[in-house]
Amino acid sequence: MITVRQVREVKLSTWQKTYYPELLRGLWVTSRHFFQNFNRFVGRAVGLKVKRPLVTFQYPEERRPVAPRWRGRHRLMLRPDGAPRCVACMMCETACPDKCIYITAGESLDGRIEKYPVSFEIDLLRCCFCGLCVEACPEDAIRMDSGYIDLGGYTRAEFYMDREFLLKDSALTTHAQFRGELDGVVVTRVDLLAQAKH
Amino acid sequence: MLTDLGIIIGKIAFVLVNILNGAGILTWVERKQSALISDRIGANRASILGIKLLGLVNSLADALKLIFKEDLVPSRGVRVLHFLAPVFAMAPVFFTMAIIPFGPPVELWGREVKLQILDLDIGVLYILAFGGIAVYGSMLAGWASNSKYALLGGMRASAQMISYEVVLGLSLIGPILVFGTLEPGQMVFAQNNYFLSGWIPQWGVIMQPIAFLLFLPAAMAETKRAPFDLPEGESEIIGFATEYSGMRWGMFFLGEFAEIVVLAGVMTTVFFGGYHVPFLFDATEKLGQAGFHFPWGTYVPLGTWTIVILRMAAFGIKLAILMWLQMQIRWTYPRFRYDQLMRVSWREMMPIALLNIAVTGLIILWIAK
Repeated sequence: MITVRQVREVKLSTWQKTYYPELLRGLWVTSRHFFQNFNRFVGRAVGLKVKRPLVTFQYPEERRPVAPRWRGRHRLMLRPDGAPRCVACMMCETACPDKCIYITAGESLDGRIEKYPVSFEIDLLRCCFCGLCVEACPEDAIRMDSGYIDLGGYTRAEFYMDREFLLKDSALTTHAQFRGELDGVVVTRVDLLAQAKH
Repeated sequence: MLTDLGIIIGKIAFVLVNILNGAGILTWVERKQSALISDRIGANRASILGIKLLGLVNSLADALKLIFKEDLVPSRGVRVLHFLAPVFAMAPVFFTMAIIPFGPPVELWGREVKLQILDLDIGVLYILAFGGIAVYGSMLAGWASNSKYALLGGMRASAQMISYEVVLGLSLIGPILVFGTLEPGQMVFAQNNYFLSGWIPQWGVIMQPIAFLLFLPAAMAETKRAPFDLPEGESEIIGFATEYSGMRWGMFFLGEFAEIVVLAGVMTTVFFGGYHVPFLFDATEKLGQAGFHFPWGTYVPLGTWTIVILRMAAFGIKLAILMWLQMQIRWTYPRFRYDQLMRVSWREMMPIALLNIAVTGLIILWIAK
């Protein structure tokens, strides 16, 4: 069935056809934005407690609060004795939809554990941050960090994380304080919650 | 003789410095104002040793970039005309400012000095004449570039400017009839009269509202800025300045911004009472009683120089408000289509302008009887 939709031309009223009233309406909209932002900027500069003028965050200097449930880059956890918790069971590698985890297993010297990861590499450029590896892990050995979003780099190699890199922040847990190592900014979870409520 | 020369040079320097600085600062104002309109922050990254001045340094960086950029002349373009075009675009704008009175006449070194570079009897015609020369700028730029697109852009520009010049001239006839003079200084004098027992000043915008509503868009079309920016179309249409780079392109740009200042000056002079503060009179106007004479009878005496300073400040404030308005208009309305542009000028604005002249003339005849 062919249906014909008739497009009706918008008929302007005489009032609209005189241009100026409608032009002034447009001018009113832009002026409202202008003066609202202007007053807030001036208010802030003077020191009054006014709303934030704009939604823009001046990124490197000014950081947007990250939601507490945000999970970003991976991290490997340690046992109390300092060895990685990972037993190289390959569950995460199998669960990974992007096939970005590469584990080489080796025989463990510790009698209670069969295997340990000789190498544990994640190609962050392929990762889709789905978190399936964390869910798949039977040992709670892999986690994803909250609170930081600056995963930047100049080369592809910087995004290829090896075992030592992944283990570096392992002393910290997700729920305690941790350090964003790219710029030395210390962000605590308490801060994050407070900011998120703000 | 030498004092006279000094006074003239001083006035020229004052006006020129103000326009050039004004044009420079306007590039910053434009960025910041458009940013605030669209809820952005605007350029604020350039800094000299950490000093950013709210982004003003960006304008300096821009100027520096333009000066050091390679200055290309298209092969087989007309070198001389290519060089002259930006001059033609920029110079008339500065000439126009010469007849704008930016303050009341003052007494200096025993002589009366008009705060106006040139008090020509044909002042308003002078404005229109130099507006006409500005057409050559874009036209020559298109012609000299040896590029079809630039040529078409130049054609578009000249067609637009000539069309709107007609309306510009016709809309100014109303105020000329009302004030009975072509000289801007005299026009400003005439605007410190009041009617309705002293409540409403006889400003051009009150005497000739239709002329103002015609003059503003026509003048904005002359500046070639949005919504009338078809000649250049900075972002998408290719315009007459396509083959220009570096400071020569910058001259078109600077001329455009200077035109905003000058336009605000012309509008202030013709329609907004020039340097007059409402209800402020000097000694010659109120028989020695200089100061504020409010319509409810209050009289606030003021010294001669206080009045001069107040009036110059008033001129500056009016200028600033009108420049703000032009910027606001530029960032509010979408661009006209070319046929709409021509239709608005020839079929809508021109008949209204002619009607305005006729009605104004009849009313003046009726009052004179």
